[in-house]
Amino acid sequence: MYGNAYIENNGKELNSLTANEDPIKLAEFEARIAAGEKIEPHDWMPAEYRKQLVRMIEQHAHSEIIGALPEGTWITRAPGFRRKMALMAKVQDETGHGQLLYNAAETLGKSREDMTNDLITGKSKYSNVFNYPAKTWADSAVIAWLIDAGAIVNQLANSKGSYGPYCRALERICAEESFHLKYGHDNVVFLATGTPKQREMVQDALNRWWEPIMHFFGPSDKMSVHTETLMKWKVKMASNDDMRQTFLDMYVPKIWDLGLTLPDPNLRKNDETGKWEYTEPNWEVFKQVINGNGPCNKERLAVRRKAEENGRWVRQALLNKNAKYVAPLS
Amino acid sequence: MEFTEKHVMGLKDLLYKMADDLLILGHRNSEWTGLGPILEEDIAFSSMAQDKMGQSLALYEILHELGESDPDTVAFTRNDHQFHCSQLVELPIGEYDFSLVRHFFYDHADAIRFDMLADTVVEPLQMVAKKFRGEIKYHTMHANTWLKQLAQGSEEARLRMQSAINETFPFALGMFEPSEYEAELIEAGIFQGEEALKNQWLETVVPLLESYGYTVPDASTVTPIFGGRKGVHTEYLQPLLDEMTEVFRIDPAAEW
Repeated sequence: MYGNAYIENNGKELNSLTANEDPIKLAEFEARIAAGEKIEPHDWMPAEYRKQLVRMIEQHAHSEIIGALPEGTWITRAPGFRRKMALMAKVQDETGHGQLLYNAAETLGKSREDMTNDLITGKSKYSNVFNYPAKTWADSAVIAWLIDAGAIVNQLANSKGSYGPYCRALERICAEESFHLKYGHDNVVFLATGTPKQREMVQDALNRWWEPIMHFFGPSDKMSVHTETLMKWKVKMASNDDMRQTFLDMYVPKIWDLGLTLPDPNLRKNDETGKWEYTEPNWEVFKQVINGNGPCNKERLAVRRKAEENGRWVRQALLNKNAKYVAPLS
Repeated sequence: MEFTEKHVMGLKDLLYKMADDLLILGHRNSEWTGLGPILEEDIAFSSMAQDKMGQSLALYEILHELGESDPDTVAFTRNDHQFHCSQLVELPIGEYDFSLVRHFFYDHADAIRFDMLADTVVEPLQMVAKKFRGEIKYHTMHANTWLKQLAQGSEEARLRMQSAINETFPFALGMFEPSEYEAELIEAGIFQGEEALKNQWLETVVPLLESYGYTVPDASTVTPIFGGRKGVHTEYLQPLLDEMTEVFRIDPAAEW
């Protein structure tokens, strides 16, 4: 699961960076992308294309790994065999997505170790939603349904992008995410149609998660940085507002159908424009959370850092050149 | 032969201890989710946890057919004294050395147990035992790979693993705590008994560990840590159960 990448460069910077590229190679590269071809690891690519993709895929991979933490805490508390086994499999999938994505990013020249170090030192970002606490079982249900739904909107768009290894990873990831969505929806339905206590739990979770969900697709296009070149290169495939609209259109009616409410009195579909209208979420909060001041940033990184430290002796033992590799199947 | 009441009691006791071991160890293994030393190990431990959870469910279902409560009620409403798991499986995950050694000791015992049960006269148990053997094969393969690899990886790794083996061994022997019904189980062809299982286990794990370069405590001089099979547990089990049942207890009658 993942939100939109936080692309930091502005258009001016991009133009100045591509100015150093061989214009003939750049034109060929752009023509290939325009023709719908995929760029593969050994193909020529502009330095800026490589840099933006590494940033994006790496952020996505980190989001999968950090995203396993808030939901993972509910594996040991899941009520009943059915939920416990499903949640284990779901969170395992997320970790597997991290593995796939680190592999995809490595094809662009950055090692998994470097990416991991950048994560635990706070240099690399990951999706903001994982800096919020999953306070109750209902939070884990809302995350599995709606955050994964948001991720699918984003990832389906990106799977049509131009970089071959990332697209192929995303196709596989989307197939698995669609099961998560079913799991999450089923879970929310049981709570929403259950006892008054269960219903209260899910409504409370939804109230708390609504703003992070609205933040999930990134800042409004009105205030977002210029991404024309990245769109042309098919690094970024849809605008933040377009993805948010797609999400609202697909999921708000389903939420209302369950008799649940959303904490935005202005949320409605404008029949004339066909667009959803809503109260702009607080983007100052969004920025604060990205910059490390969300409710759980420190805790998430501390957990990850401790896991890296505790596992270091295992990884170091594997690096012994004199040790014979043990083939598991022999 | 016709089963007497004692045979049925023995069978239920056997099923409870196997199912409880699997449930609790599956729960413990799942605690590695997101925290493993490398991603691939996170994923491996999660797979094994899911297998164990599925296996425990299948055994609780057999118990349900024998008149016990449904699997969720049995798993999520008992207190620690009502659990029959060995103390080995309830210990916290600790560091990776301990988790790997526990995994090695437990899964070899489980593999042999289900091999034995593939010949049991109890048909539903025979069927699941045959099915589980296919899954456990990968668990023991995983454990062997890691114990062998870490023995030669670095001095720190070898020492850590050796000390985990030494500390875990008495708990591992505790898995074979005899039940009150050993004679009945053997006589009726339900199970070959804990003593036979322990002997086969020693014949398997000792040569393997020695071949990797570890030393193994002498089983004849080590006092096994018993109690788990009779409901006597470490201080770690009840907190585990409190956590596991936290949501379920909000309303046990609700559908989750």
